[in-house]
Amino acid sequence: MDDAVLEVKNLHVYYFTIAGTVKAVENVSFKIDKGDWVTFVGESGSGKSTVAHALVNLVPNPGKIVKGEVIFDGKNLLTMPPEELRKIRGKEISMIFQDPMTSLDPLRKIGDQITEVMTVHGVDKEEAQKRAKELLKSVNIPEDRLDYYPHQLSGGQRQRIIISMAMAFHSKLIIADEPTTALDVIVQDSIMDLIEELRKRGTSVFFITHDISLASERSSKIGIMYAGKLVEFGLVDQIIENPKHPYTAALFESTPDLWVDKTITSIPGYPPDLRDPPKGCRFHPRCHVFKERAELKGLCDAKEPIMKEVEPGHFVACHLYGD
Amino acid sequence: MVIKMDYILEVKDLKKYFPVRRSFTDMLKKEPEKYVRAVDGISFKIKRGETLSLIGESGCGKTTAGRTILRLIEPTGGKIIFEGQDITKIPEKKLRPIRRKMQIIFQDPYASLSPKMKIGDAIAHPLLIHGLADKEEAKERALKMLKRVGLTPEDEFYHRYPHHLSGGQRQRVVIARAMILKPKFIVADEAVSMIDASMRASILELLNDFKREYNLSMLFITHDIDIGKLISDRIAVMYLGKIVEIGKVKDILNNPQHPYTKALMEAVPSIARRKREKKVKIKGEIPNAIDIPPGCRFHPRCPFAMDICRKKEPEMVEIEPEHFAACHLLK
Repeated sequence: MDDAVLEVKNLHVYYFTIAGTVKAVENVSFKIDKGDWVTFVGESGSGKSTVAHALVNLVPNPGKIVKGEVIFDGKNLLTMPPEELRKIRGKEISMIFQDPMTSLDPLRKIGDQITEVMTVHGVDKEEAQKRAKELLKSVNIPEDRLDYYPHQLSGGQRQRIIISMAMAFHSKLIIADEPTTALDVIVQDSIMDLIEELRKRGTSVFFITHDISLASERSSKIGIMYAGKLVEFGLVDQIIENPKHPYTAALFESTPDLWVDKTITSIPGYPPDLRDPPKGCRFHPRCHVFKERAELKGLCDAKEPIMKEVEPGHFVACHLYGD
Repeated sequence: MVIKMDYILEVKDLKKYFPVRRSFTDMLKKEPEKYVRAVDGISFKIKRGETLSLIGESGCGKTTAGRTILRLIEPTGGKIIFEGQDITKIPEKKLRPIRRKMQIIFQDPYASLSPKMKIGDAIAHPLLIHGLADKEEAKERALKMLKRVGLTPEDEFYHRYPHHLSGGQRQRVVIARAMILKPKFIVADEAVSMIDASMRASILELLNDFKREYNLSMLFITHDIDIGKLISDRIAVMYLGKIVEIGKVKDILNNPQHPYTKALMEAVPSIARRKREKKVKIKGEIPNAIDIPPGCRFHPRCPFAMDICRKKEPEMVEIEPEHFAACHLLK
């Protein structure tokens, strides 16, 4: 009995650059169940976007998936022949990236691009054109925009076009990598509404953001990434109300809230260089608990913590929680 | 003219229109020239030591407003009065000594530093340009400034290049460069928007420290109302070239009057209110500033639009002391 739409096991992604090997993602494992909205939160360089790309085997050069499995529908997407994976991408798994211009062809009309997604996957042309109109309507874009080129639309409209393509197939999973980062809050909110609509229709969501407050509003589960590692994963209420990892807690402390009187505090120091990550827990050089408690010396700075389940469904990788 | 020394800056009906390039056929047809009315008549004052946040969505004209005030671009109309002096039209040469007192911090710390200049030299540079120090003294002061903004060991950081630094560190350099002239007024244009959450607070703190130390006044331009709340004394909400609401932070946040301000506040993600139902929802996106809607420019997106909103532009109404909003619902 398994409800998992997607299961990631032991994922490792490295970038092989001239300046050295960047260990961008190490040992990431998690599951997305049917109906889940899983959000990964992390700062720049945490590896969250690399995870999103790795799920569909689209890690850009010089990146390589060096280890791990991505199981979708019982098959490992990472070892699947490219032709077979191409049939899944865009149909069963759709993708929205931060810059919609990277997913849209600047030289072709919107309408042609939406219908193409369908005809490539076997829908006949007339039917595809009819459905394209309905799709645009469902994402609140006037029909006549079918004849527009991407540059004639705003950033928010472009993201909506991409979402409409995901709607075309009732995809099983949508991967959204910071789709609203370049957008204003009001437009962001409307895009989030649309993704929620997709989810209600049965599409599971894997969402990437740097904004933990955005993650708190719609997700069912949250994963926290730091320096290439998944450090905490759990139900949204567990993460928000009962954060276990000192990094997660510090992230909340650094996030403002319009509706609460609070001062925000930074995490001291800077994220590490992943060509030469710190030994042990990658967060220890910035961790206030490590600094305050002498008995942690020789543990956090020497031994890598492994993921442990601290309550049902709530996982954390930190030495504070037993070994 | 009466010099009011309690205000460092007064902006009166400031306008900036950009002409839209006409095609040859439009010229032949004698089509009228069109303008992007990026800033369309805004007025406000900033007191000494005060921070005013200018908040709005992309395309509302907030960045253009900031640059026009510093005369980095020339205003189309209105007045800019800095320390009691009208600087709207004074020639570049006379503007120079005033420029020392007004600095700008840009959003993108990757784009605002020369990749070929050591960061120490970049910080010392303004002193040399304005002839305020010789090379040796400039270097000494740059070293002090590096330490001041937390880039230590400073003599090591002095010789680094921007590409060696993280985004947060670069923004510290940009702030150091702006502060070395001991300005009286700063325009901070999305100064923390590209900085990771875990480092944003320390950059804001740094700005606040300088603000106290130099009795700085600041125009803080941002699209994040929750950041604006943290750093400012007053907030001005801008929509399509106009200020629609202005007031003290607590008055705006506790008692927002304009439907746009309310919608903006509701749309901001909030952990504390993550399970809320959103009340005011507005549709669509900010229109382009060439064809500005008649009447109240917000009416096509406003859930409360009435007949009068389509015809007559609303005027600023005083809600409570120092709190103004422009909306027909308020009459």
